[in-house]
Amino acid sequence: MKLLQRQSSWFFYFLPALIIYIVFTIFPIANSLRMSFFQGSGFNLDTFVGFENYRRLFFDPLISENFWNAFGNTWVFFLVHMLVQNTLGILFANLLLAQTGKWGSFYRTMIFLPSTLAILVTGFLWKLLLNPQWGVITMIAAAIHPELAQPWLGNSESALITISLISSWQWVGIPTMIFLASLQSIPNDLFEAAAIDGVTWWQVFWYIKLPLVRPIIGVVAILTFTGNFNAFDIVFAMAGINGGPVYSTDILGTYFYRIGIAGEHPVGIPNVGLGATVASLVFLFLFLGVMLIRVFTRERN
Amino acid sequence: MAKLKKNISIGAIIRISILSLWSLLVLLPLWIMIINSFKARVEIYRSPLNLPTSFDFSGYLSVFQNSSFLLYFLNSIIITFASIALILLVTSLASYAIVRWKNRIASLLSVFFLAGLLIPLRIGSIYLLQLSKTLRLIDSFWSLLPIYVSMGIPIGVLVLTELIRRVPTALYDAARIDGASRFGTYLRILLPLIQPGLATVAIIHIVLFWNDLWFPLILIQNESQRTLMLGISHLFGQYQTNWTRILATLTLGSFPVVIVYVLMSRQFIAGLTAGAIKE
Repeated sequence: MKLLQRQSSWFFYFLPALIIYIVFTIFPIANSLRMSFFQGSGFNLDTFVGFENYRRLFFDPLISENFWNAFGNTWVFFLVHMLVQNTLGILFANLLLAQTGKWGSFYRTMIFLPSTLAILVTGFLWKLLLNPQWGVITMIAAAIHPELAQPWLGNSESALITISLISSWQWVGIPTMIFLASLQSIPNDLFEAAAIDGVTWWQVFWYIKLPLVRPIIGVVAILTFTGNFNAFDIVFAMAGINGGPVYSTDILGTYFYRIGIAGEHPVGIPNVGLGATVASLVFLFLFLGVMLIRVFTRERN
Repeated sequence: MAKLKKNISIGAIIRISILSLWSLLVLLPLWIMIINSFKARVEIYRSPLNLPTSFDFSGYLSVFQNSSFLLYFLNSIIITFASIALILLVTSLASYAIVRWKNRIASLLSVFFLAGLLIPLRIGSIYLLQLSKTLRLIDSFWSLLPIYVSMGIPIGVLVLTELIRRVPTALYDAARIDGASRFGTYLRILLPLIQPGLATVAIIHIVLFWNDLWFPLILIQNESQRTLMLGISHLFGQYQTNWTRILATLTLGSFPVVIVYVLMSRQFIAGLTAGAIKE
């Protein structure tokens, strides 16, 4: 009996973390899911409406246009990160693997440096740099090729890609370090054996490294997906809360903020039920996305 | 043999060029930010890439003299450190129990905590806003405290259980024979042993909390309660034309985290990457 008591008193070591975690993580997320089925005035959601919020978000022309626009833009944002940020990450990791010594750690520090900046600082800084009035980037771009000197953030065709590229500039250090760590864990004799067999660099990459880092690609894809579907700060800093020009950079994060928290133009009153619905959908996308990525990148025998 | 050597050197040249080019792409914007924060407005426009002809501290002076920068800076320091201290306390206690309590509840709770790694708390923002209003925490930066602590629990548990698992059982037995209580063992033996893990957890969250904009933005309206990032977010509206001042503020705002990074980049990178890899 005494032993049992002694054992169960372990529970008190859990208690502080458990209470905080339940009240401020589990509860809010569960409640956001629940609130997506309700409507009311302000935070007083008293009317159960079933899937009405979802229907409005998907089909009500007044609301759905912005939702689908933000949804599509988020995919573009995500794809640019996958193509640019994560491809560069694999490239840099391979280069850093060969670059040892002092310079190796210098380059590593440089590649990771932007990831330590606040997204807000990155966004504001690049917004200034890209400002045609100041023209730092315009000046440098014009020196490379006159066609490159354009108001990249001002055009609705190029603004989203520009913002995605700057976000990739900031975060490329994370996939680089993850890939580097996994490449460093590949035993050296594998490369030595390959070198003796006269295998080319590309073959080593394609047949040895890539299959071995395959699960890690999954991890990176999941991180990118989760990060991008919750992104907010970079668009807020560079294009404002409406994802300008004309909603061309509006992503789910900014859309969620407007509709659920700040209030969408021109009404200006947040619709808490719809906001909760957007949050629930993001939750659903994340769940499905993570599942899919796991299936595709699982280790194969 | 000669051919092989030549190949290697060409490879090295390509490698170094790519890495140097990227380093330049990283340093150039930061360089422009820092040097121009010491220039008068005319000079910012005329020669943005050059060193200032004479150092102009007016941007920094105006940041410190007639703005709430120092107040926001202090608010950010208080909330960041308070949150991290609590995270370290509650997650080290919980991790101790997860490793030492040989019970199914312990492993279930461990899975329960780790599930939080995959769910960004932003999804619960609407309810958190409501909750903060109910608890009358709204408009104070203290409303961020429980949210940040909660955000830190999954990573904290992940990193610390990993480390505590490596502590040999013999050590606990020895402590018990010496008459140390369970809590005494935690305090005097375990905590000193897991210091590197505590540092990792702290570093990850310094970056996350110092740089966070989302939660201050939705929870804090009161001007005197703003965190630094929330203060900076109002920068463009207020000082649209004073670029010296904007650049000085951005430089000062990124300074603390970048300094910590440069001083301990190894632990920093390891910390920020750890969570991802072990997932």
